[in-house]
Amino acid sequence: MQHLSIYAPVLPEIVVALGAMALLMFGVFRKATPGGDFATAWLAIGVLLLAAVLVATGTTGREAVFDGAFIADGFARFMKLLIIGGAVLVIIMSFGNLARQGLLSFEYIVLLLLAVLGMMLMISAGDLIALYLGIELQSLSLYVVAAIKRDEVRSSEAGLKYFVLGALSSGMLLYGASLIYGFTGSVDFGVIASVAQGQSAAGNIGLTFGLVFLLIGIAFKISAVPFHMWTPDVYQGAPTPVTAFFAAAPKLAAMALLMRVVFTAFPGIAPQWQQIIVFLSIASMLLGAFAAIGQTNIKRLMAYSSIGHIGYALVGVAANNEAGMQAVLIYLAIYLFMTLGAFACILSMRTKDGILEDIDSLSGLAKTNLPMAFVLAMILFSMAGIPPLAGFFAKFYVFAAAIKAGLYPLAVIGVLASVVAAYYYLRVIKVMFFDDATQSFVPVERGPGFVMTIAILFVLLFVLVPQPLVNAALAAVQSLQTVIPVP
Amino acid sequence: MDISSAPILSIVTFLPLVGAVIIGCLNRDAKGNARWIALWTTTITFLISLLIWINFDNMSGAFQFVEERDWLGVMKYKMGVDGISMLFVILTTFLLPLCVISSWVVIQDRVKEYMIAFLVLETLMIGVFCSLDLILFLVFFEGSLIPMFLIIGIWGGPNRVYATFKFFLYTLLGSVLMLLAVLAMYWAANTTDIPTLMARSQEFFSPEMQWWLWLAFFASFAVKLPMWPVHTWLPDAHVEAPTAGSVVLAAILLKLGAYGFLRFSVPMFPLACQEFAPLMFGLSVIAIIYTSLIALAQTDLKKLIAYSSVAHMGFVTMGIFTFTTQGVEGAVFQMFSHGIVSTGLFLGVGVLYDRMHTHEISVFGGLVQRMPVYAALFMVFTMANLGLPGTSGFIGEFLTILAAFKVNTWVAFLATTGVITSAAYGLYVYKRVIFGVLVNPALKTIKDLSYREIAIMAPLVFLTLLLGIYPAPVLDVTAVSVKKLVAAYEAAVGPAAALIVP
Repeated sequence: MQHLSIYAPVLPEIVVALGAMALLMFGVFRKATPGGDFATAWLAIGVLLLAAVLVATGTTGREAVFDGAFIADGFARFMKLLIIGGAVLVIIMSFGNLARQGLLSFEYIVLLLLAVLGMMLMISAGDLIALYLGIELQSLSLYVVAAIKRDEVRSSEAGLKYFVLGALSSGMLLYGASLIYGFTGSVDFGVIASVAQGQSAAGNIGLTFGLVFLLIGIAFKISAVPFHMWTPDVYQGAPTPVTAFFAAAPKLAAMALLMRVVFTAFPGIAPQWQQIIVFLSIASMLLGAFAAIGQTNIKRLMAYSSIGHIGYALVGVAANNEAGMQAVLIYLAIYLFMTLGAFACILSMRTKDGILEDIDSLSGLAKTNLPMAFVLAMILFSMAGIPPLAGFFAKFYVFAAAIKAGLYPLAVIGVLASVVAAYYYLRVIKVMFFDDATQSFVPVERGPGFVMTIAILFVLLFVLVPQPLVNAALAAVQSLQTVIPVP
Repeated sequence: MDISSAPILSIVTFLPLVGAVIIGCLNRDAKGNARWIALWTTTITFLISLLIWINFDNMSGAFQFVEERDWLGVMKYKMGVDGISMLFVILTTFLLPLCVISSWVVIQDRVKEYMIAFLVLETLMIGVFCSLDLILFLVFFEGSLIPMFLIIGIWGGPNRVYATFKFFLYTLLGSVLMLLAVLAMYWAANTTDIPTLMARSQEFFSPEMQWWLWLAFFASFAVKLPMWPVHTWLPDAHVEAPTAGSVVLAAILLKLGAYGFLRFSVPMFPLACQEFAPLMFGLSVIAIIYTSLIALAQTDLKKLIAYSSVAHMGFVTMGIFTFTTQGVEGAVFQMFSHGIVSTGLFLGVGVLYDRMHTHEISVFGGLVQRMPVYAALFMVFTMANLGLPGTSGFIGEFLTILAAFKVNTWVAFLATTGVITSAAYGLYVYKRVIFGVLVNPALKTIKDLSYREIAIMAPLVFLTLLLGIYPAPVLDVTAVSVKKLVAAYEAAVGPAAALIVP
């Protein structure tokens, strides 16, 4: 058994994979109530928590397995904990909603587990093949999940759209990967880095081409402008619990992947990818701000909001320094909590007649359900980046990194876009607080209530104890940096 | 208990927040309790804050009652006050109980939330004046947007949504640019400690960098102050805000802008200040003359007072950018005095609004026949607003004009015409509202001030007259801090260059 211990770093992934298979068998043979399979959901939470414990107790240094294809380090640990935590909270808050729609089947849960597994592989990818495998495992699961409500046109449309565009982006990504392989002779990030290091800008045109295609593929996954077209439709079309999952976990995983690729495989040609990231960032921030203004559906609004947030997180990547990477991790962690809280509120927008998604249906919420209105308002203020809420510090760190790197125009455009974005967040708050009530929602269920509580405590109290997250992000970044070859 | 060792600034800052949390724990219908808790909290906060004044050492220009705790690595939780900021801490804590009492009867809808919003706002405002760390300052400074947004938006007038959005977005736009400047300062100096930055700004920031930083801070403070031409949010916000909201806005939130100039722009970017002084003079003079003329044409009482606020803030910026002891002291005095006088005026308008539900000047006329006490009290504030000698309004205007005269005669000359116009609109509106024949039948039954309303107005009248006759309490407190500020400025730009030749 001695030789098996070298696979210890992969243990969390193995647990999730085996857990998914076991749950599949469990679901098939148990004959649970169709669409109301709570037992599988709880077991899945158990599996994820077990994986989280294994990740948390895992290495903070750097361990490579499978010839460097799989890397477990502090960075992977940080991101995996966020993603698993996000997935657990999403499942907890979506029980009731899914069961009412008859969607809480074991297939759904198993697909979520597989998606999480794919994300964990993405985060730990050490070469292009592992990267692709992780992305595809994640994406294929999510395509199905998006269309899980198969008797509804919108949901099917969402799944189909997501699949077609996702396949296109996968193709681009593969094309880029093959170019990179062709010009560097390796799929390993470390080898690519050392080859890219030694080449002049003119001599690595092919590599740059490959990089562009690779980044396009990843930009699609993080829904950065101009590869964002699928986001609003998929967010709106997919059932709300699925949307909550989309907004939280996959984006984080894809951002982690992006960071690992650009910082460990292409540090030598930073100017080349930096300008791409700067463009993606500016475009995302501006579109996220302006396109959201006209939205009337809250899920579409959240879609544009998430596009904007990715733009801000990319500011940190573009800075290309330690402060920037740390800022991205802080941003993603805070974004995760805000998004989960917001979707917990959206899941609770329900009258006796059914689920509502219009922003106008929130009118007068402060009179009918003040706690929920307060939570949503604070989360929206936080997303707008108003201190002393957590979202301010997220923006604070990314812009600090941008200023440090001398990216003044990017920073100025970013803060101006944040003022525009503040407008549509305020509009939702206005509807809740200033308008008169037209209807009242049914009381908030326990699951969403639990997530709301966690989110609001995080958003309000982050200002008091910011150090743990900031330090954890710094430690995670330092473990990522150790592999960057010294120029 | 040894008072000197207690973290008194933190106590004063966060006590209102504690009150807000207590109110938040009440059940939904506890209107009366919410009012009483808010009143007690603000009163106790005021009494404790008086300890700051009593224990304050007038002879020291350094920051006093300094507290420091770890927060975000380089950025510390650091509080402290000097002569300038202490004054505004007291002003804030003094006005908030009055705001609570003035809202006692008027606010019947969502009382709990209203009181919570005001208490949170008080915490944030006191925090702004006490913070000695740039990031901490930013957190308090921008944070005050949230409660104010809700106060105007929920309890405001018919056009409140437009007004509160305009207020929020204008201010946010200025603040985010300041955020970038603060970040740039952080990387350049590797500290966000305000005393350190004040003392060593010349080593940290090159003249060119100062220029950019000054502009970014200017964007924020000019909007907040507000200066012409970014003042347009103020009349809207004032007209729509509930009375107490207008009071806080005019008396304290506007002062944040001028305070920012005093705390950051002048000591940290003296070279840029010198360069931009002509611009500031120009904008100040435009603000004084232009907004006074606009005030003359207003038909809405609150709008008129709002424009006159802009004009008064023009005197403040003019005084600050003379960089003389007289000018800066005058500016600080003007800020303090305007805090009291504008409170009186807005409360006065609020009294009329509560009875008639309008601020239109044309509705009123002949009030003196039904409301003699009101007419007398309102006259004191009107006279103070136009700067009559013997009221607090005179001292600040006089000192700033005097200082400006030495630096630039034309600026002083033009600013003085503003004094005349302000007398014109002040007397004109007083005549239209108070004197004349009582024609409007609705006014025939209007009641004079209740004891509650007199109780709110009395301390304000007292202070207005006291400071007009005996301004020493305020000037003594600020003198050393102001001298230190001016001395540091002159040391940075060279004493000869400190005087701008007209």
